[in-house]
Amino acid sequence: MKVGLFIPCYIDQFYPQVGIATYQLLKKLGCDVDYPENQTCCGQPMANSGFSALTGGCDKNFVANFDAYDYIVAPSGSCVLHIKEHLKDDKNPTKAQKIRNTIYELTEFLVDILKVEHLTSNFPHKVGFHTSCHGQRGLHLSSMTERVLPQFSKPEQLLQKVKGLQLCYPERKDECCGFGGTFCVFEEAVSVKMGKDRIEEHQKNEVDYITAGDVSCLMHLEGILKRQGSKVKAIHLAEILNHE
Amino acid sequence: MSNLKTLDHAAAAEIFIKDEARTDWHDDTLWFVRQKRDKAVNGIAEWEQLREWASQIKNHTLSNLDNYLTAFEKQAEANGIKIHWAADALEHNQLMHKILKAHNISRIVKSKSMLTEECHLNDYLKKQGIEVVDTDLGERIVQLRDEAPSHIVLPAIHLKKQDVSETFHEHLHTEEGNNDPQYLTEAARQHLRDHFIQSELAITGVNFAIAETGGFVVCTNEGNADMGAHTAKIHVACMGIEKIIPKAEHLGVFLRLLARSATGQPITTYSSHFQKPRPGQEMHIIIVDNGRTKQLGRADFRNSLKCIRCAACFNTCPVYRRSGGHSYHTAVAGPIGSILNPNLDMKANADLPFASTLCGSCSNVCPVKIDIHEQLWKWRQVIVEEGYVKPEKKIAMKGMAWIFSNPKIYRWAGKSGRWFLRTMPFLGNNKLNVWYKQREMPEAPKQSFHDWYQQNKNK
Amino acid sequence: MSSREKILATCTANKPALVDLPQLSDEHLTHYDDKIAQFKFVLESIGGKVVALENIEQVKEEIATHKQSGELVVDTVFSIDDALKTQTSFDLERVDRAYLQATLGVAENGSVWLYEAQMGNRLLPFICQHLFIVLAKATLVDNMYQAYQKLNITETGFGVFIAGPSKTADIEQSLVIGAHGARSLTVYLV
Repeated sequence: MKVGLFIPCYIDQFYPQVGIATYQLLKKLGCDVDYPENQTCCGQPMANSGFSALTGGCDKNFVANFDAYDYIVAPSGSCVLHIKEHLKDDKNPTKAQKIRNTIYELTEFLVDILKVEHLTSNFPHKVGFHTSCHGQRGLHLSSMTERVLPQFSKPEQLLQKVKGLQLCYPERKDECCGFGGTFCVFEEAVSVKMGKDRIEEHQKNEVDYITAGDVSCLMHLEGILKRQGSKVKAIHLAEILNHE
Repeated sequence: MSNLKTLDHAAAAEIFIKDEARTDWHDDTLWFVRQKRDKAVNGIAEWEQLREWASQIKNHTLSNLDNYLTAFEKQAEANGIKIHWAADALEHNQLMHKILKAHNISRIVKSKSMLTEECHLNDYLKKQGIEVVDTDLGERIVQLRDEAPSHIVLPAIHLKKQDVSETFHEHLHTEEGNNDPQYLTEAARQHLRDHFIQSELAITGVNFAIAETGGFVVCTNEGNADMGAHTAKIHVACMGIEKIIPKAEHLGVFLRLLARSATGQPITTYSSHFQKPRPGQEMHIIIVDNGRTKQLGRADFRNSLKCIRCAACFNTCPVYRRSGGHSYHTAVAGPIGSILNPNLDMKANADLPFASTLCGSCSNVCPVKIDIHEQLWKWRQVIVEEGYVKPEKKIAMKGMAWIFSNPKIYRWAGKSGRWFLRTMPFLGNNKLNVWYKQREMPEAPKQSFHDWYQQNKNK
Repeated sequence: MSSREKILATCTANKPALVDLPQLSDEHLTHYDDKIAQFKFVLESIGGKVVALENIEQVKEEIATHKQSGELVVDTVFSIDDALKTQTSFDLERVDRAYLQATLGVAENGSVWLYEAQMGNRLLPFICQHLFIVLAKATLVDNMYQAYQKLNITETGFGVFIAGPSKTADIEQSLVIGAHGARSLTVYLV
């Protein structure tokens, strides 16, 4: 099984430790992992801003980098969802389609494909889980409070296997943090207010860390936490799962 | 009260949020409604089945809308109801004015009808010297304050009881400083009873119009639609073309969904089925297009016409709750408004599809399964394509697309970008950087993942 | 072209290909072991009152008592006065209590259905101060699907589902009973 590691651009540039944790975790779990070195961005920042017409170059580059793998795995629900829904390549439609079908967000890959039973990770802290919208409502990584369907959570299933970890949810279990791509700057006031409100609920739980499956949400929450001088830290789920 | 656009959503929202305590109160109040909705729908094991049926019934109806409209017209006329057709808001208002003039009417009561808000009927008639009394409590409150409703189900949700008390003290002479909702509601009951019992013409909306029977259903909790319609000698019901459903039995799906989605009630207090005018009464229906047939022709957006105006998407929307209905500068605010209004005026409403994080909660609560957040995404594409975005944004996006299309340039730009952040944080962290206004910048690492991988892949 | 023609023609031109209407059925819907208990539970949770009666005569006596005490009581359960039909809002506005017979009740949402004929006057159930409904236990159905199977809404010019007293929460989401319609609703189950 050949796994292509997709490390979204902002993780590559600002949060390499998340990429490293993902890579190491997959290796630890026995995967044959490769990082195609010419990858850049999935194109989501443009598409979600209304400029999907400009994503042709990203699409082409993505297909060229990830065509050769059985599975593509990324520590970001949002970028995976974008590829799943929007990747197209007029010259190689079957290749694009194959990628759309074989790309996985990290936790769904661990749960559904690797069917991970045990983890050696240890993280003796109180951790608040932030449910990132695109992973949840887009990729169905967990059940949603709006729907009348059976409850489940793939990220939680994994976090439960981490030694010492005490998992908490905020009162509003799956409300958006307000990052929203370019929304975070074009609707700055609402974006920050949403983030502050999420943080307040986590702080009520007296958590040490806030974790999530998407670095974008965490980057936004971390920015607010730091400005507040809070002791609460933001950490990606892959870093916890890889922590020994 | 017309909705003159002064600020775009982001700017209006920023002003709204400045009063943070009040924003919290607004957010909590609407979240409470969302929780009531959750409680109600979780009591219905077949909830998802009902949503699916509702969605399919509406999809079917839209695919045969012309025939259902004519079937409805024929049956309604056979029932003794007069049917009028209005191509747009102006024609709707003119038709209403004509009916009023023909009967020399001066005492008019109106129950909640978002269509008449959309058409700005009250403003139009006011200019003709005719006053309409809104009878839904929330609508009466905002009418007395010369404001627009901020929510399609809870029109005065932006106001606190102190605000209502002040308004009622001024207009209805209630005790100064008495903020008790019970007391204030009783005052409105007495005040509006006088209007009801003297009313000559009643305007109502339509929740569902049944093609098979030629009748229509109006849902209220207060009973105000019925108080007016059964008193006045003329009843005018206004409906958009999308209010049609094929058969009476379909009400057995929609009435189960509507109130639970809207307020968490099992059903509205009154679900009134109007079939024929009462003896001696005149009953009119104005069927309005106002952009709906155009939306029907937009394959990506037509299913927004399935909307039954429950406002569940408002209550769940984290952006709506923290920016208030008036920030949307349209009669129908919230997520559904943001996919309906660009169809009516793309330029004026180009900001609305961007007033969302695309979190998708709206689509999940929608009782008729409108893919609201996906349509928000699609509207963004249309708006950009039609050129309704700022040129700076376009230039920035083009630059980004170019960098991301070229791996070598991307890596170079990344390096310089991180170097930039690491060495001169004051340049990144300045007032022009909107991110930095209330958030710290991410720390620039020494090494990208790409660089780390190159060093470590063979270890 | 008239607006009518224009609207219909645009609909014809713009509508998508015909899709099927779903087949509704009662099979997938919740049925209650105890419809009476469910009906009572729901109606009481939305501000209504449910009283189980052994004998309908008790309602007759109640009506007589209230009439004697000088209240304006309208009763269409035991006899419908034809004059009721032509009464105006000015007459009906003074009604303290109205007693009406309902066709059926719905366990799922606590509502009752009334045909126009059962109201005597369309305005009555809304304008009266207090509303009393007589409902036969045997007419309770599980859900709205069953209700519409039993009803013929074209039978009279007007019909209504009523669930509880008139209410509003338009001021700060505070629930207030008695907005414009009846201030209370009592259902007598017989």
